[in-house]
Amino acid sequence: MPINYYIFLSVALFCIGVAGVLTRRNAIIIFMCVELMLNAVNLLLVAFSKMHYHALSATAPHAGIDGQLFVFFIMVVAAAEVSVGLAIIVMMYRNTHSIDVNFLNRLKH
Amino acid sequence: MNIQLVWLVPVLPLVGFLINGLFRNSLSKGLTGIIGSGTILLAFVISLLIFGQVRQEGFEGTVVTLFDFISVGKLHIPFAFQVDQLSTLFLLIITGVGFLIHLYSTSYMHEEEAPHFARYFAYLNLFVFSMLLLVLGANFIILFIGWEGVGLCSYLLIGYWFKNLDYGNAAKKAFIMNRIGDLGFLIAVFLMINQFGSVTFSEVFAKASTAKIGVLTAITMLLFVGATGKSAQIPLYTWLPDAMAGPTPVSALIHAATMVTAGIYMIARSHVLYDLTPVTQGVVAVIGLLTALLAATIALKQNDIKKVLAYSTVSQLGYMFLGLGVGSYTGAVFHVMTHAFFKALLFLGAGSVIHAMGGEQDMRKMGGLRKWMPVTSMTFLLGCLAIAGIPPFSGFFSKDEILSAAYSKNPVYYGVGLFTALLTAFYMFRLFATTFSGKFRGTHEQEHHLHESPSAITIPLIVLAILAVVAGFLGIPAALAPNAHWLERYLEPVMGESHVAEVAHGTEIGLMALAAILATVVSLMAWFRFKSKPELGEPSGFGKVLANKWYVDELYNAIIVKPLDLLAQLLVWVEKNIIDAIVNGVGRLVQYSSRQLRLLQSGQVGGYVLLMVVGILVLFLVELFVKK
Amino acid sequence: MGITQVLFWFLSILAILGAILVVISKNPVHSVLWLIVVFVAISGHYILLDAQFLAIVNLIVYAGAIMVLFLFVFMLMNLNAETEPQKNRWLKIAGVVAGGSLLLVLVAALKQADLKTKIAEMNRGDIGLIHNLGLTLFQDYVVPFEISSVLFLSAMVGVVVIGKKE
Repeated sequence: MPINYYIFLSVALFCIGVAGVLTRRNAIIIFMCVELMLNAVNLLLVAFSKMHYHALSATAPHAGIDGQLFVFFIMVVAAAEVSVGLAIIVMMYRNTHSIDVNFLNRLKH
Repeated sequence: MNIQLVWLVPVLPLVGFLINGLFRNSLSKGLTGIIGSGTILLAFVISLLIFGQVRQEGFEGTVVTLFDFISVGKLHIPFAFQVDQLSTLFLLIITGVGFLIHLYSTSYMHEEEAPHFARYFAYLNLFVFSMLLLVLGANFIILFIGWEGVGLCSYLLIGYWFKNLDYGNAAKKAFIMNRIGDLGFLIAVFLMINQFGSVTFSEVFAKASTAKIGVLTAITMLLFVGATGKSAQIPLYTWLPDAMAGPTPVSALIHAATMVTAGIYMIARSHVLYDLTPVTQGVVAVIGLLTALLAATIALKQNDIKKVLAYSTVSQLGYMFLGLGVGSYTGAVFHVMTHAFFKALLFLGAGSVIHAMGGEQDMRKMGGLRKWMPVTSMTFLLGCLAIAGIPPFSGFFSKDEILSAAYSKNPVYYGVGLFTALLTAFYMFRLFATTFSGKFRGTHEQEHHLHESPSAITIPLIVLAILAVVAGFLGIPAALAPNAHWLERYLEPVMGESHVAEVAHGTEIGLMALAAILATVVSLMAWFRFKSKPELGEPSGFGKVLANKWYVDELYNAIIVKPLDLLAQLLVWVEKNIIDAIVNGVGRLVQYSSRQLRLLQSGQVGGYVLLMVVGILVLFLVELFVKK
Repeated sequence: MGITQVLFWFLSILAILGAILVVISKNPVHSVLWLIVVFVAISGHYILLDAQFLAIVNLIVYAGAIMVLFLFVFMLMNLNAETEPQKNRWLKIAGVVAGGSLLLVLVAALKQADLKTKIAEMNRGDIGLIHNLGLTLFQDYVVPFEISSVLFLSAMVGVVVIGKKE
């Protein structure tokens, strides 16, 4: 499959994620959109890793494996991030009884 | 005396200036006077010693270089002094007359408080320093430094009594008028640098003949513009009569004997350039003649004793320019010298009178002063005889030299010049008769107060009177006694051979006799006319025009000052309504836009994220599309 | 068009549709479910690209653990379509326009790039196998791997600290 199909797919998913972050007020949905963006990037990384493999496997048998390992690390970080983020959201809900990000306008002060 | 020590001459007055100026609050009046006069006396002695060397046969002018003043690219302007016959003569005049006037001032200014007294002497010393710099400079830049320095001192001294608003205005007028001339001078110097790549006298004069005549004419004309400012010629002469606001010794030193002759010195110094440009010479002669005539007519109807002398100074300066214009540089310098003596004498005499009258300057309130002030009136009479051109007093010889040179150039010049000389004789004796003879017309209090001045005043008067009488013998014309013209021989190394076509000796003697007889007749006429019946009423008819100085001040006011005022008002309006509006507008725009921008910081996270995305978008656009 | 291409297009359309529905669903629980669909589609892509290990991990970690966590939180808070906060219309339009512009710019930029010859190879290669990944991970990337364990520990501590009632 030509690499640009994967690129377009990833970009599309990423931009849908961006639009979601911008249009929703529900903190958890925003969070989910961020996850969507991360996954778009993961998909691209895997596609690139296979692209490199295609180009270089004749000389280096494991060419492109770094890309997949990076996906692995991104998942690790994402898992940690989700746990902390959800904790914060729960905390916020406990204080304001809402998960509307517009209540979080303390940054003004 | 080593010529190299010539720098001592200007430095001594500078030291006097620094001491008097810096310690003016702690010095006593006596000490101030001693420092002020003593430094000038020392400078005079050194000048005499230098003169002793310079006057020897075969002395060539030397240039004493002190240090590099300006060195830019190919242009090198050393701080150098030119010591030759011409500058030494001026050194003697400046320090000699300067010393006498300093001495005179110690008595004349005695009523001032000590700090102001010291201020006066500091200015006076600074003036002498600048004037010495002016005549000693070996290039046009040093000359210009002195030129500006004397202008500054003139301004400071005219406005010496700065609490009087009119005096302050007179000072400003003098300064601004001088600045107009100085601009011409400065442009001339720039032209010289452009043309010759140098401003040193010797180099400029050596290269002058290679320059285009048009450029040379421009340079000489611009230099002459500078001279008209400093030496009070048409059209920039109006400051000099107003400059009489300063103390009388100042009028004598600066506005009669020395500073105003700077223009003549400068043109005599650069006579090489003027010899090459007949057009400029013609202009110089005509302007000089017109100024002489105009000032003389105004002087006829003035009643202020100092104003008469001021206009007579303008008139005599016109004479000198006539001399320069017809190529008689020696004659002009000769007249500078004799004029320095007799005009200083007249001013100091007038000062003595004013001192005795308790500050009164109006001749109509004087009269009969001969009885109370014999020395003053005697010396004043000698001064009048000298300026009127009656033989054998000094003015006769110097004026005659200029007139005969004018005759050889153009008889019309001679005719107008002679007429002006007769006017001079007339108004001087009108002045003398009105002041010193007849009955006293002042108040009783003034009459009671009348006295002969103290010796610090009379001694300078006597010395100057002797000089005014005998100075003429330095330049006895060849027609009377061959080879008796000492000054011409003395100045020959600088001025070169005489540039004036020789007039037949018989004709010259005839002209001289005519001038002498007419001057004597007119003087006697004026004397008998005003001896017992002085002009007391207001002038009428044409006399009124003369008394109002041909309304020149009013004319200048109408055509220059008023439009400038209007322009200034317009600019004030522009400044307030346009420039200020722009400045304030910028401030308001910043305020307004920051008030609007502040709304962006809403605290809403969503808003921030949106802005971030927009920012990323812009970055992408710039990076991916605009850069290529 | 081989079976691979058919699968690619099917999974791609599924992923994009799912993503759009995540964003526009009123009910947050539906959003979560659609997100799981997207993740499954992406895992399918991984398998097509011979990254079997990542596909499984993706399913287990994302579609399984993380999404379940989200669901739990929703249910904990008892959120539904009625309580869903809505932005005002203009901000929504602005957000969509901004995201669309970003897409447009990136696509336009990539259109210019010459990528036709670059191929992401399918059906061949063994770099996605756990054996090779494990070797590289524990040889070249052992330090980041250990550090990520520290990250997990600190995240865990952080969650406990935040979640604890004062």
